[in-house]
Amino acid sequence: MASALINVPAKARRGDIIEIKTLMSHVMETGYRHMASGELVPRDIITSFTCRFNGAEIFRADLFPAIAANPFITFFTTATESGKFEFEWGGDQGFSETASASITVE
Amino acid sequence: MQQPSHSSRRQFLGLAGGAAVLGTIPVVTVHPAEATPAMLASAIQQVTGGAAVRTGKVKLDIPPLVENGNTVPMTVSVNHPMAPEDHVRSIHVFNEKNPQANIANFHLGPHSGRAQVSTRIRLADSQKIVAIARLSDGSFWSASVDVVVTLAACTEDVI
Repeated sequence: MASALINVPAKARRGDIIEIKTLMSHVMETGYRHMASGELVPRDIITSFTCRFNGAEIFRADLFPAIAANPFITFFTTATESGKFEFEWGGDQGFSETASASITVE
Repeated sequence: MQQPSHSSRRQFLGLAGGAAVLGTIPVVTVHPAEATPAMLASAIQQVTGGAAVRTGKVKLDIPPLVENGNTVPMTVSVNHPMAPEDHVRSIHVFNEKNPQANIANFHLGPHSGRAQVSTRIRLADSQKIVAIARLSDGSFWSASVDVVVTLAACTEDVI
């Protein structure tokens, strides 16, 4: 089933700008494709991705069918203190997944 | 759902008739549903609210020639400081010819440190991609890139 890959540096120095890479497995069915019978394949995509650090939102993305299958998103943040990143994906047909990663800032 | 046999026969005849009208049966059927430059303009209008969009600051990194439109790596970066009083608030990416003009919206803040995001997108046709950055002072900056796609995504039929 759905699974996430998260890449966050385990350690960083205070003030460092770190890159966070995330990948969630998902078909991202666009809703614009037809089956051989002519029926439209219903849309099934991830519509939102949120990253929180120690409870505060640091990054958010609204996704559309133009995002490729298995959405891969990378972004940056400033390391300020040790803590936990929480990732959340939400989408069509009740899709909801979470993941987390910890960082030590010294 | 089980269809009565006569209706599927009718469907088949309809499809065959349609194909005859078109003259050829393409291997991959690309449906005419596509965003138009007008849809692109209205999607941008929804983000900017009619404010002027200046060219610059934004860098849109995307291969100019794409073999497979199903997964196209894309990086958007904005050359702007990320200070609490002056930073990039969001980055919006649009296309011209997919069925829908939006690609993604990314919401950032001063804690982001660097206004740069990467993802992989789908492109249904050779077209123009536009990235717009909204700064904390309310100004908008943009960049656009023309991309040639040889294998289209999004609308091909499921075989």
